[in-house]
Amino acid sequence: MRTGQTERLGAGPAGTAVGPALEVRDVSVSYLTKRGEVRAVEDVSFDLGRGEFLGIVGESGCGKSTLLFAIAQLLSAPAVLNGGSVVFQGVNLVDLSDEQLASFRWKKLSLVMQSAMNALNPVKTIAAQFYDTMRAHGVRSKAEITERSVEVLRMVGIDPVHLRSYPHQLSGGMRQRSMIAMALLFTPDLVIMDEPTSALDVVAQRSLMVQIKELQQRLGFAIIFVTHDMSLVSHFSDRLMVMYAGQIAELGATRSVFDAPRHPYSAGLLEAFPSIRGPKVPLTGIPGSPPDLARPPEGCRFAPRCPQVQDRCTQGQVPIYYVEDVLVRCLRAGNGVGSGD
Amino acid sequence: MTDATPLLHTEGLTKHFRIGGGLRRETLHAVDDVSLEIGDRAIVALAGESGSGKSTIARLLARIYRPTAGEIYFQGTPLSKLRSRSDVLRYRSDVPMVFQDPFGSINPVFRVSHAVQRSIKLHRPELSAAERAREARRVFDIVGLSPAAEVLNRYPHELSGGQRQRVGFAQALAMHPRLILADEPVSMLDVSIRIGLLNLMQQLRDEQGVSILYITHDIASARYVADRLIVMYAGQVAEQGPVEDVLAAPRHPYTQLLLSAVPDPKAELTLSSGTDRGEPPRVIDPTPGCRFRFRCPLAVTDCQSQTPKLLQLSPGHDVACLVAQSGAEMKAF
Repeated sequence: MRTGQTERLGAGPAGTAVGPALEVRDVSVSYLTKRGEVRAVEDVSFDLGRGEFLGIVGESGCGKSTLLFAIAQLLSAPAVLNGGSVVFQGVNLVDLSDEQLASFRWKKLSLVMQSAMNALNPVKTIAAQFYDTMRAHGVRSKAEITERSVEVLRMVGIDPVHLRSYPHQLSGGMRQRSMIAMALLFTPDLVIMDEPTSALDVVAQRSLMVQIKELQQRLGFAIIFVTHDMSLVSHFSDRLMVMYAGQIAELGATRSVFDAPRHPYSAGLLEAFPSIRGPKVPLTGIPGSPPDLARPPEGCRFAPRCPQVQDRCTQGQVPIYYVEDVLVRCLRAGNGVGSGD
Repeated sequence: MTDATPLLHTEGLTKHFRIGGGLRRETLHAVDDVSLEIGDRAIVALAGESGSGKSTIARLLARIYRPTAGEIYFQGTPLSKLRSRSDVLRYRSDVPMVFQDPFGSINPVFRVSHAVQRSIKLHRPELSAAERAREARRVFDIVGLSPAAEVLNRYPHELSGGQRQRVGFAQALAMHPRLILADEPVSMLDVSIRIGLLNLMQQLRDEQGVSILYITHDIASARYVADRLIVMYAGQVAEQGPVEDVLAAPRHPYTQLLLSAVPDPKAELTLSSGTDRGEPPRVIDPTPGCRFRFRCPLAVTDCQSQTPKLLQLSPGHDVACLVAQSGAEMKAF
């Protein structure tokens, strides 16, 4: 089912998708541990349109960060890529050497990590770190570097006097903003973000999300945004991927995943968020915990926690179905009627 | 709640930390002049951003810190009067604490039964070994760790984050507490697990009659679980009241800002509130005046010089904002 649909996977937002910026096919990653092989990511395929904002959500251990590392070719032992391809602007990144990858990193594809305090060098000023990055990618003129540094800091709303600041002199929000500024030094086509707002307070978090969205609309880069907080991306991403136990559970337009989740896990996740508005209703969350990926269960990986589990769910692999522009890995979606009951 | 002696209340509770040394000595005002009340069988949520002083309050109530000024009263008795070791122990078993990090709060080299039995032994020395074991099974059953006998035999690494946090509550429960101080007990747990813990807190209130001080930065979970809400800003109480009252009609501009920032998948997107950056307040040697004035679009001249007092604006609903107290209907965010 999946391979036949690949040409349609890149259904990004109308008007922006001129052709995919990124094609991820059958990516699988394992961690080789003493306990055996842990299959952290299995058979993930998707396309990302130019200028598209893709949100990836899931719980800890669902493989979302591992997937990001596989896309950016940053995996290191004990993680191994078991196959698949990551085609970015026509080039399969999997085949490239470190030197060849260097010409892509920062310039065309950049990363913003979860903890800016750890990602920034504590003993160097912001200006020095921007300088290093640009020098390493071949910019020689000091004046040009300074000019660009001032420009990107202004873009993210930080006063350029902070070029002289050290990371510890900035607030958490400003540190994340300067990480984003750094990621934009070369106007990349794709920015990958791994929970960039999770260390921030809710007010700073919202302000940063609004800013990321504005920059994206202005500069036109594509974003892959990983988070454990589904509600955070609800208003910002074009499409949403829900991951469970290393696999895609559901992938579709953000609005349709929120309005009519087709996978019982997505539905359960949505039900797990109390709301600050509307009537107060008792919630249950999703009882149980995710499976051990060194010994994944037979059949559907969500079956042990699924409120709608059936006998056939535990027999054999569950394929991914394509239902009204949404990819769903659930047998109920494969009944031909789409959303099941 | 006000007619009788509350279970716990504070008067003018203040905690300052001295930072720096030599000529650059400064004072960090972590908690300033906080008076709050926690009633019987009530869940009170203490919400605010990081650095607002909410964890400092928990540590003051747990007697990990001593207040710089002010007093804490438990069932009407001031804590500064507790002198003997047995008084302090009794208070600690009446008011135990559950910590944020379920991975760091249980000793990894012992079975979980050790952690629970050890605190029972310390706080209830009259029990025999068999009674202790029975007690441990009882509290594990209550918090939903079943089969209790089997879970008690496991090591912490064999438990999930949610289960470990339940161990924390079981440990607290074994002391027959009146009030559990829970400092961000669910923030490190996965979304699908959190609700289960919040439901457990309500069950403890309803079935065991314990009160809980629930410290959180997540307003939605506060609404879900709590009876009352206290919103802190820069070491002071900005607003407090019955949780539904505060959320339906927030009177302090900071509460309004906080609520406008909560992501709501069901609402339409408005990008208008992108003006506030969420920059933290200055609590090092603060000058008089409202601490929110630098971020407040409604600030008037008086806000620069007068520190607002927490005053009751409607029954049980108190606000520390000069503009709100002047009777103006206002919408800052």
